[in-house]
Amino acid sequence: MQLAMHLHHLLYVAAGSPPGYVNNVYQLHIVNLGALAYGLAAIGPGVGIGIIFGKFMESIARQPEAQGRLTGFLWIGFALTEALALIGIAVYYFLK
Amino acid sequence: MNHVLALGAAQHCGSNSHVLSGCGYPSPSIQDFYFRPLFSIGDFHFDKPMLLVLLTTMIVVGFFWAAFRKPQLVPRGIQNIGELGILFVRDQILRPQLGKKGDNWLPFLCGLFFFIWVNNIFGIIPILYFPATSRFAYPAVLTAMVWILYMGIGIWKQGPIGYLKSLAVPAGAPWWILPLLAPIDFLSNVFIRPFTLSIRLWANMLAGHVLLLVFALATWYLLTWSYELVFSAASFVVLVALTGLELLIQLLQAFIFTILTAFYISGAYEPAH
Repeated sequence: MQLAMHLHHLLYVAAGSPPGYVNNVYQLHIVNLGALAYGLAAIGPGVGIGIIFGKFMESIARQPEAQGRLTGFLWIGFALTEALALIGIAVYYFLK
Repeated sequence: MNHVLALGAAQHCGSNSHVLSGCGYPSPSIQDFYFRPLFSIGDFHFDKPMLLVLLTTMIVVGFFWAAFRKPQLVPRGIQNIGELGILFVRDQILRPQLGKKGDNWLPFLCGLFFFIWVNNIFGIIPILYFPATSRFAYPAVLTAMVWILYMGIGIWKQGPIGYLKSLAVPAGAPWWILPLLAPIDFLSNVFIRPFTLSIRLWANMLAGHVLLLVFALATWYLLTWSYELVFSAASFVVLVALTGLELLIQLLQAFIFTILTAFYISGAYEPAH
C-alpha cells in the first residue's frame, strides 16, 4: 500500500503534476498532517510544563528559602518537557 | 480576474500595500534554511551557516585566549568576564554533576557551552540573523561527540558487561520487572538519549528562528501608509517580545545541553546509585 502510494506519487511528479494534485503525499485535501501532528503533540508538554511551574510556585510558597536550589531544577525540567513539543514542530519540517 | 480586482482595490484605497497587490504572504518555509553558497571549490559549497560557525569558533577561542593570556591572581579587565563565564560552567554545571574531581572536564564543557550559546545568539544579531545550530548537522555532530564520550568512558571504566548492566538496570528495580524494563531502559539510554539531546537543541533553534521570521515578514507585509499601519506596528511589538524570549531560550538550551552532557558523563564513570 505504501509502495503503491509512493510509486503513484513518483509517476505524477515525473510526468509533471496535473492541476489540483497536492505535490506531497503527506497532505490530505483539507488538512496539513504536519500541522495536525504538532497540534496533537503540544497537548502533553503543555500540561507538563504547567505542572512543573505550578509545583515550583507551590513549593516556594511553602518554603521560600528553597528558591535558589529549586530554580536550577525548574529550568532543567522545563527544557526536558519542552523538547517533546518541539520535536512536534520539527516533524512539520520533516514532512515537507 | 482576481489580480485585476485586487489592483483596482489597491488603487481605490490609495495605498501602496503589499496585502492588496495580489502577492501572498511569503510564509517562512524550509527553503529559508537553505543558503546559496558563498563560494564553491568543486563539490564543496561554503555557505552562510559554515561562515557563522567559523565566526563563532574565532570569537570563543579569541575571547578566552585574550582573557587568560596572562592570568593574574587578582583578575583585571577582561579576565573578570572570562572568570565569570568559567565559574558559571564550573559551579552550576560541572560541580553538581561530576563533583570536584571532575574538574578535568572543565575545558570541554566550557567550550561546548560557549560554542552552542554564541551560535544560538547569532539568531538575533543584526546582519547575521541565523542560528547555525538550527541546521541539524551541528547539534548532530555535537551529540555524536557526547555519545562516543559517554559510551566510551562507560565501557572503559566499567567494562562492557558492567556498563551494559548499568545502562539496562535502573537502580532499585525489583528483579521480576527486569525482563520488561531492561530493554526499554537500554534503548532509552543508548538511542533515545542522543536523539532527544540533538533534537531538543535543533528544534528549539528552528522554531525560534521560524517564529522570528513569521513576525518579521508580517511586519513588512502589512506595511501600508494608512491607519492600517497599526497592524504592522503590533507585529513589530510581538517581534521585539519574541526576541527577548529567544534570548532566554538560547541561553537555556546551551545550559541544558551542557548539563545533560555532564550528567551522562557522570553516569558513565559510576553506575547510578
